[in-house]
Amino acid sequence: MDNLPILSMITYAPLLGALVLFFTPRVDAATSRQVAIGAGVLAFILSLAMLVSFDVNESGMQFTEHIEWLPDVGVNYDFGVDGISAVLVVLTTLLALVGIIASTSITHRRREYYISLLLLETGMIGVFFALDLFLFYIFWELMLVPMALLIGVWGSANRVYAAVKFFLYTLFGSLLMLVGIVAIYWENINLGNAPTLNILDLAAVQYSDTLQFWVFLAFFIAFAIKVPMWPFHTWLPDAHVEAPTIGSVLLAGVLLKMGGYGLIRFNLSLTPDAAEDLAPYIMVLSLIGIIYGALVALVQPDMKKLVAYSSVSHMGFVTLGIFALNMQGLYGAMIVMLSHGFVTGGLFLCVGVVYERAHTRLISAFGGIVSRMPVYSVLFGVLMLASLGLPGLSGFVGEFLALVGAFNSYRWAGVIGMFVVILAAWYMMWMFQRVVFERAPGEPPDPHDNALPAVSGASADVHDHDDEWPVDEHGVPQWPDLNRIELATILPLVLLTIVVGVWPEPFMELMRTTLETILIPFGSQGV
Amino acid sequence: MSDLLFLIPLLPLLAATINFVFGRRMADAQTAWLATASIAGSFALSLAAFGNQLDSDEPLTQHLYDWIPAGLFHVPLNLYVDHLTAIMLLVVTSVSLVVHIYSQGYMAGDPGFYRFFSFLPLFVFSMLMLVLADNFLVIFFGWEAVGLCSYLLIGFYFKRHSANQAAKKAFIVNRVGDFGFATGIMLIFWKFDSVVFSEVFARLELVSVDTLTIIALLLFTGAAGKSAQLPLFVWLPDAMEGPTPVSALIHAATMVTAGIYMLARMYPIVSASSDAMFVIALVGAITAFMAGSIALTQFDIKRVIAYSTVSHLGFMAFAIGVGAWVAAIFHLFTHAFFKGLLFLGSGSVIHGMHEEQDMRKMGGLRKYMPTTYWTFAIAAASNAGIIVFAGFFSKDEILVGGWLDHQYALTIIMFGAAFFSSLYIFRAVFMTFWGEERFDPEHVHPHESPRIMTVPLILLAIPAFAAGVVGLPPEDGWIHDFLEPAFHVEEHAEETASAIAIFQEGEEHAEEGHHVSTAMTITFFALSTVLAIGGLAIAYLAYVAKHPAFDPRAWAERAGPVYDLLYNKYYLDEIYERLIIHPLYWISENILWKIVDIEIIDGTVNGVAATVNYSSNQLRRVQTGFVANYALAIAIGAVIVIGIALALQSDLLG
Repeated sequence: MDNLPILSMITYAPLLGALVLFFTPRVDAATSRQVAIGAGVLAFILSLAMLVSFDVNESGMQFTEHIEWLPDVGVNYDFGVDGISAVLVVLTTLLALVGIIASTSITHRRREYYISLLLLETGMIGVFFALDLFLFYIFWELMLVPMALLIGVWGSANRVYAAVKFFLYTLFGSLLMLVGIVAIYWENINLGNAPTLNILDLAAVQYSDTLQFWVFLAFFIAFAIKVPMWPFHTWLPDAHVEAPTIGSVLLAGVLLKMGGYGLIRFNLSLTPDAAEDLAPYIMVLSLIGIIYGALVALVQPDMKKLVAYSSVSHMGFVTLGIFALNMQGLYGAMIVMLSHGFVTGGLFLCVGVVYERAHTRLISAFGGIVSRMPVYSVLFGVLMLASLGLPGLSGFVGEFLALVGAFNSYRWAGVIGMFVVILAAWYMMWMFQRVVFERAPGEPPDPHDNALPAVSGASADVHDHDDEWPVDEHGVPQWPDLNRIELATILPLVLLTIVVGVWPEPFMELMRTTLETILIPFGSQGV
Repeated sequence: MSDLLFLIPLLPLLAATINFVFGRRMADAQTAWLATASIAGSFALSLAAFGNQLDSDEPLTQHLYDWIPAGLFHVPLNLYVDHLTAIMLLVVTSVSLVVHIYSQGYMAGDPGFYRFFSFLPLFVFSMLMLVLADNFLVIFFGWEAVGLCSYLLIGFYFKRHSANQAAKKAFIVNRVGDFGFATGIMLIFWKFDSVVFSEVFARLELVSVDTLTIIALLLFTGAAGKSAQLPLFVWLPDAMEGPTPVSALIHAATMVTAGIYMLARMYPIVSASSDAMFVIALVGAITAFMAGSIALTQFDIKRVIAYSTVSHLGFMAFAIGVGAWVAAIFHLFTHAFFKGLLFLGSGSVIHGMHEEQDMRKMGGLRKYMPTTYWTFAIAAASNAGIIVFAGFFSKDEILVGGWLDHQYALTIIMFGAAFFSSLYIFRAVFMTFWGEERFDPEHVHPHESPRIMTVPLILLAIPAFAAGVVGLPPEDGWIHDFLEPAFHVEEHAEETASAIAIFQEGEEHAEEGHHVSTAMTITFFALSTVLAIGGLAIAYLAYVAKHPAFDPRAWAERAGPVYDLLYNKYYLDEIYERLIIHPLYWISENILWKIVDIEIIDGTVNGVAATVNYSSNQLRRVQTGFVANYALAIAIGAVIVIGIALALQSDLLG
């Protein structure tokens, strides 16, 4: 397997599927779905194979691929993987596969839909593997287009606004990043080195403080938009609300991780001095995001928007952990990213499940779902608990480590961040109870309910059920529980959440050496 | 024995999992007996562990695996049993076992039967993990997991809005405490580079007493949430929305005492800070008094007992605060039995009264349900501190401890709380079981509960009456010897300082600290007996003899605003609602969301976006989907161009 370009194979497996679909315009929807699933499975299996032969004790890049491209200007096709990208790539191929399988509700332009999805997957994987800034930038942009299309074409009512907003925000960040890339490229040459865009080579150079500051800022804003950090976050709720379910899953599950990954890969290794100097300010921004996201989530009437704002809060832990610049913080950031992929991805799938049935995402339109959909309610419940940081589930491990890391660097950051343990329980439980427990609109209250006078009779006409589902005597539509496809896509995420929560060691072992290497420029905090 | 420790929590976890996954397809009896058998297994193993600890000072430990290995932040999953754990194991598994048996009768026919017998063993698992933990992260796991089970079981009747509200309130109020607990853990790791109890305790000299005070107070914040101390006790009375066996097990005997257990486990840290100890004593005393006074005015039988629980948790916290460590655990021990029994008894009453909980609609029930009555009366006597009943000895020791610690004012408050304990609980006994029958005989036919419920009552009545013997003779009983090693770890700064102070005050004083004089014992016995009998007598005169001088209604009117204050639970819920919850929602909705997000940030972005949006809308109108195909082509074209460039430039083709 040493000679196989395994990383390229993983990256281009989805592209292969996309090309097949592209050149067979008359293919029917079912076949295009099968092709997409095939490509997704292939990428997933290849990424698992990569993970199995990954050497956790090796500190450098592994499975490197080097092809000279434009040697005169220093552009090369450089691929490689280390502990952090390995984990994130497997998360990507997993969520993409889950997304492809779960895309049963797409009704129009299915072939184009799957092409977009597969292109997006290639872009996402390439971003994690690319070691050349030019190559990285290509994949970064490649990812942008299909995502905007997913929102703009297959989204809901206000989709074009959301797509444009997403596109503009990200494009703005990309342009800044491009400026940063050009700046560091020339500075490297000015310092008398051979022209290169290889991240590892560029990272080996010591740059002046001024250059570090500006380059850091350019990269930081690009990634902060992706994460998204407050105040660059307002594209996220709109994008999520308008995107189709799978768009939201991939957006939250993978695209946001690009931000965290970029900060670790570029900001920490290219401009370590600037990272150290600016860390306190970023901690402040992270904390604002953590609390702000939680507070705004508290008052959202729409399930998807609530989960979207909770994302802003959870991703704040990622930046909080990264800029703690110690081992616990980085571990925390990485595990939060992983966990957020499962949990928020799963939560968006769960929202999608009820949206399919009720054609609304308004929390007030639901109630008492557990009686009709018990399996759904249990899986939704586990994800809800993981999201609010219950120990034993993945969210806790990540967030607690990030907070411990933050606390060790800045006492106030750990304490303020910990405050959110209260708010997270509040908004998640509020939504969960309102949707899953109590009673459906129109259903009579339990006679033993001690809060009877306080409960206003919700009106039954919230649903405009056009005889799609049979209704019971109170007019409550009898939605079926999860079908096989829904179960097959949500259950693995729930199980992974539990595994990472109970036994995070294998995942942490994967990234240990890499994180230690990353922390070398930051003194002896690599313990 | 060490190798089998993992089975103690594992058995209930297995039963919970099986019942949860397959319960719907199993017969009710199967799920119930599976759960009960698993608890019986845990109980047997706990007995064995206890037996091992009886004649050994060497703790049992078992390493399972490394949970979170993040550099120095290394969290192993170890199980640990010393004398303190052994007692807790016994309390938890024995009361759990009785409650499991009782619940088979109480929950019979409930549509959520299998769910109940899945959540209940899950709770036992969580509680056992909490008790068996040897480090802060694992105890925090158990801590949160019992909170989850409490949430699930309070909200067991999930169709009720009130039950859901109570469940959510319990979880969130507990999280306020957990915020302190978790912050304390972070501080501990930062200071000691470890989260394992024994390693942290061995390094206490590294930090100043002030730091230990902060740590101890943060940990106490957590304890105040779980063990329902002021100002966080508001969740516990509402938790009565859950089925009554849950109230008995979780909200009386075990989970709510987790905070007390945790503080006792933290003995080396807490005892090192006299300031923190004083705060704990103060909060405990006020909690005991406040909750006791509220209990006097409530009419829901379960709420009376709930406030009584809060009050007695206050007793335990006070005991910790005044350094009466053994007394705190002693009271935890006896309280588990008599308070568990009070709840199970009230459940039996509610069961026999067709779900009626209002004592104003009861009365004269003792002839209908004699077993319930007698067992309830024994538990009440224990709760009231009537001499020879278990609760008397443990409570008395706390009062003596307070006096010896020179907390005279607080001890007097505690005497007040002790008097309330007797008054409210006998008020409940007389209102429920004596006097005229105030229920509607047409519709309500009180009856004794089935044997599956009354046998557990009798089983608990034995320790509720006799558990005091472990603490006899006072201050020098078996439990004192047994727990001695748990509360005598290495010397540390503060303790040494106080030892020196005692030395300077004279030999006589130091002696008193260890051996309570007989005169003092007798004085305290007499005093608390007078108060307990006084409470009993007043309750009798007011509710049975109907003596005009003790007419409750007249007293309520006379007390006016004070009565309103007590009846409305010091308006704590209303205060939180107005001061915290409403402002938080208002700011989130009107300022953060609608102004900062939508107006300021989005307003800026939209200014830019408006132009683009307009043009893309125009495009969309021309032909839907055109944009999609076009952009797709761009993307694919880009990839192809890159691929060709790559191939041309590379060595492969060159």
